Amino acid sequence: MSETPSKDKMQCNGLSAWFGSKQALKNINLTVKANSVTAIIGPSGCGKSTLVRCFNRMHELIPNSKIEGKVLLDGENIYADHVDPVLIRRRVGMVFQKPNPFPTMSIYDNVAAGLKLTGVKKGKNLDDIVKQSLEKAHLWDEVKDDLKKSGTSISGGQQQRLCIARAIALQPEVILMDEPCSALDPIATAKIEELIVSLKRDYTVVVVTHNMQQAARVSDFTAFLYLGQLVEYGATISVFENPKSELTEKYITGKFG
Amino acid sequence: MLCFICVIIAVIPLLSILFEVVVRGAPQLSLQFLTQPSGVIGQSAGGIGPAIQGTLILIGLTSLIGVPIGVLSGVYLAEYGNNKYAASMRTVNDILTEFPSIVVGITVFSVVVLNTGYHSPLAGAIALALILIPIVARTTEESLKLVPNSVREASLALGVHKWRTTLNIVLPAAKSGLITGILLAVARIAGETAPLIMTVLGNQNFFSGFDQPIDALPLRIWKDALMPYPSSQAQGWGAALVLILIVLSLNIGVRIASRSRLQK
Repeated sequence: MSETPSKDKMQCNGLSAWFGSKQALKNINLTVKANSVTAIIGPSGCGKSTLVRCFNRMHELIPNSKIEGKVLLDGENIYADHVDPVLIRRRVGMVFQKPNPFPTMSIYDNVAAGLKLTGVKKGKNLDDIVKQSLEKAHLWDEVKDDLKKSGTSISGGQQQRLCIARAIALQPEVILMDEPCSALDPIATAKIEELIVSLKRDYTVVVVTHNMQQAARVSDFTAFLYLGQLVEYGATISVFENPKSELTEKYITGKFG
Repeated sequence: MLCFICVIIAVIPLLSILFEVVVRGAPQLSLQFLTQPSGVIGQSAGGIGPAIQGTLILIGLTSLIGVPIGVLSGVYLAEYGNNKYAASMRTVNDILTEFPSIVVGITVFSVVVLNTGYHSPLAGAIALALILIPIVARTTEESLKLVPNSVREASLALGVHKWRTTLNIVLPAAKSGLITGILLAVARIAGETAPLIMTVLGNQNFFSGFDQPIDALPLRIWKDALMPYPSSQAQGWGAALVLILIVLSLNIGVRIASRSRLQK
């Protein structure tokens, strides 16, 4: 689909995660290649969302949660003692299941919010960054005359692209997407999928989805999670056409899940 | 039908009070009445200027002391209150909300007035703040909890610090709820009498220093009502009308604040 991705961007080694006493992830080992799209599929409750939330240290915000193991970003453990989770989140952006623009802010301010509130890139031209981010999110042409309008006044699909623009504005290295299309109609979904493919030129994308066709359409690599365990991981083509595990085959042919 | 009758029964006393206050109080209203100090007791009624001034001073001082503490407590309970300590704070807060205000007045009397040696606006404001803080804390917590968690997550996932998320994202989203809560609490303390009796004492004259007693509308009404002279009683009716108008305008402010929230 593109130039062969080679560099390892993120890696988890023996990653386990808990909600209280319930274990959501069991000893996950996975490598995410730079400038590629990695899809994480699996039935509801298998730990897909928890896995990506461990990639930017969002999981630990949930009360009574616990994490063991390592997650490496460019070879460095983001769970090491001296690492500030806030700085990790600036390098690893996130887009959520439901579009969540800041309700009190305009479209412009939503995109600029990350830069303003983190205090980074002071002095750089905000207008340019907002425009570039909206262009990259394929939203600029639709909203360029309405930048002062409320971020919640546009359609759901546009709001989701606004959230992607908001994440892009901070120029992260990795963008995590947690079922970004599950609240959207097919046309809006198609636009986001097209966007995901175009994003890997500049970013590393990890997308959680329960839609297997979507995984097949957009991703280079696919990980299949079941009951908190990584059942299969490999190039998307081989996972879908030639699955090694019987469980994966059953799932992608729709026998359960 | 039964409900309708009950509503009528509930509304009749309210309307009759309002009617009585307007009929008896309205003739008193004049620029002189609103701005002049009281006359000689039993001879001429004079005005309620010191009482209006005192109530405004008390509202201002109380808000100055109570609103920041109340709002910050509410922020703590809503945003950082996921522990046992906060749960017990919440219970104490709820008890304080229903605390008899005369007890608050006596407490502040023995702690502040006896120690400083004089009745003062500050003592009154501290007593009123003790009533205002739990109300503001509660309404702040409630309105912050109405802000969806996804909005907080969106901000945190951008690498924004928690305190900035609270300050720049969550608080603005809850703004109209906050204002509503503060105005309701101010309306409540504007009409409190009991905590003032032992703290600001009352005064026939205008404000003359932070170590002197001041007057307040509820105190003026209470004192006038105990007087045997018709002129004093008439002054009391007028003061009651002014107090009701102040509280009413605060409530209208609440309506406007909460309406803009619905439109958003």
